[in-house]
Amino acid sequence: MTTEGAGTAEGAPAAAGLDEICVVALAEAFRGDGEILGHPMGPVPVIAGRLARASFEPDLMLTDTIAYAVTGTLPWGAAPDPAAVECYMPFRTVFDQVWSGRRHVVMGASQIDRHGNQNIAAIGDYRAPKAQLLGMRGAPGNVINHTTSYWVPNQARSFAVSVDVVSGPGYDRVAALPEPSRRFHEVRRVVTELGVYDFETPERVMRLRSVHPGVTVDQAAAAAPFELAMPDEVPVSRVPTEAELHLLRSVIDPGGARKADFRTRL
Amino acid sequence: MTEDEVAEEIASGMTVGIGGWGSRRKPMSLVRAVLRRGADDLHLVSYGGPDVGLLCAAGRVRKVSYGFVSLDSIPLEPHFRIARQTGAVETLELDEGAFYLGLLAASHRLPFYPTRAGLGSDMLACNPGLRTVRSPYDDGEELVAVPAFDIDVSLVHMNRADARGNGQFLGPDLYFDDLFAMAAERTFMSCERIIPTESLLEEGPVHTLRIPRLHVDGVVEAPEGAHFTECPPDYGRDEAFQRAYAATARDLDAWDRFRAEWLELESHDTYRDRLARWRDS
Repeated sequence: MTTEGAGTAEGAPAAAGLDEICVVALAEAFRGDGEILGHPMGPVPVIAGRLARASFEPDLMLTDTIAYAVTGTLPWGAAPDPAAVECYMPFRTVFDQVWSGRRHVVMGASQIDRHGNQNIAAIGDYRAPKAQLLGMRGAPGNVINHTTSYWVPNQARSFAVSVDVVSGPGYDRVAALPEPSRRFHEVRRVVTELGVYDFETPERVMRLRSVHPGVTVDQAAAAAPFELAMPDEVPVSRVPTEAELHLLRSVIDPGGARKADFRTRL
Repeated sequence: MTEDEVAEEIASGMTVGIGGWGSRRKPMSLVRAVLRRGADDLHLVSYGGPDVGLLCAAGRVRKVSYGFVSLDSIPLEPHFRIARQTGAVETLELDEGAFYLGLLAASHRLPFYPTRAGLGSDMLACNPGLRTVRSPYDDGEELVAVPAFDIDVSLVHMNRADARGNGQFLGPDLYFDDLFAMAAERTFMSCERIIPTESLLEEGPVHTLRIPRLHVDGVVEAPEGAHFTECPPDYGRDEAFQRAYAATARDLDAWDRFRAEWLELESHDTYRDRLARWRDS
């Protein structure tokens, strides 16, 4: 891999944008996963998964988002070269992988609370909702069976004191289950446009893990309607390396699909 | 068979399974025939797309059992959305994988399949009819018991089939059409082309022959039968048409016009003629 051509006239790439910082933060969620099926949903998470594999998680399996597991680094929106196909992965096989547990999903969340309960199903009364959203989709099965992370591009709108419908269960719900049903649940990260969150506290509540460059801890806290757990020192999210910027801008997403979630900000 | 002959087999009040996935390889010519024929009070079982949306918008649906309802490139099926938000239909909403187990249980003539999917979420609270079951072994884990779908008639669309009902998919994913066929009392299959049995391996390997005639009660040749959903490799999704369909959820006049122009047609041939003119214009 060469970084030639990725830089500005001075030889250094233009500074990372917020979109690229968020992609790297989501890619970091896959660090250490090794040989599992990474299954991000939507442009920013998919691009993050491809970046993770191309840079520090080479054993991840990733799909073309249709029915093939593919090797190499597939650009967003491209169909895989037949030579890049390493396995057949139709929906039925994906469900089998969900239940086998060798999978890490990245989903969105219309609402998410401090325990990590996610709602993508409906707003208001479930029987005749004010707004029917995506529905439960695969969230109930994903979250109880294997590692889950969330991409939340508008923190203030999505962070909620409580969610209207629990599609993906958080730590309080799962703690109420008998032990055998709890053991595969892990909500690893929530990445927003302001920072990165995890649940690495004794009570398993949402903790500010890092703030993105240029965001203050107060800004992140103000965009949460509940109290965030805080480490003594909140680090700043890491910025992409030059090699990662090159991969993002020239290989994985030259068309800039990752920017769509940031339309109002970039 | 013809689409209308299939539709005659579907009576009001029946449970109808519909194959495909979202806006992918849906038996749309059969769905339109059901709509035209007038059966109502239907219980649909589907990984839903415009099949569910159309029948809900036409007021033919009492209940929908689903893993999701989406148009894929348009994530929220707008007609289904209206049906949900007005409380017009009963629902059994299952986790997508759990839905597969409901089909599998019916296919295997079992009352349920157990799964962890749904534990901890509101899936059980939203669907009060769902029950749990305790493992009889030492682990004693309590699991969700996904009930078998009791399907009267399933409708599926294949790329190819022979006249006896052996079905072939040539696209990237069979979805769960084999299980829809097995799970139902009777199954009717439309296909892009009926071909001789001896030609079944000409376009795809043996692994594409996934629906045996054992589970198929009638075959309809319906070129473009999945339109406007995708049916690769024969054709992709007609996104322009899908956008026009989705826009009809915004006002009743638009829906009435769409219904008169595209749904209340005498046959699939008429639909195809009109489609050819629409594409030229």
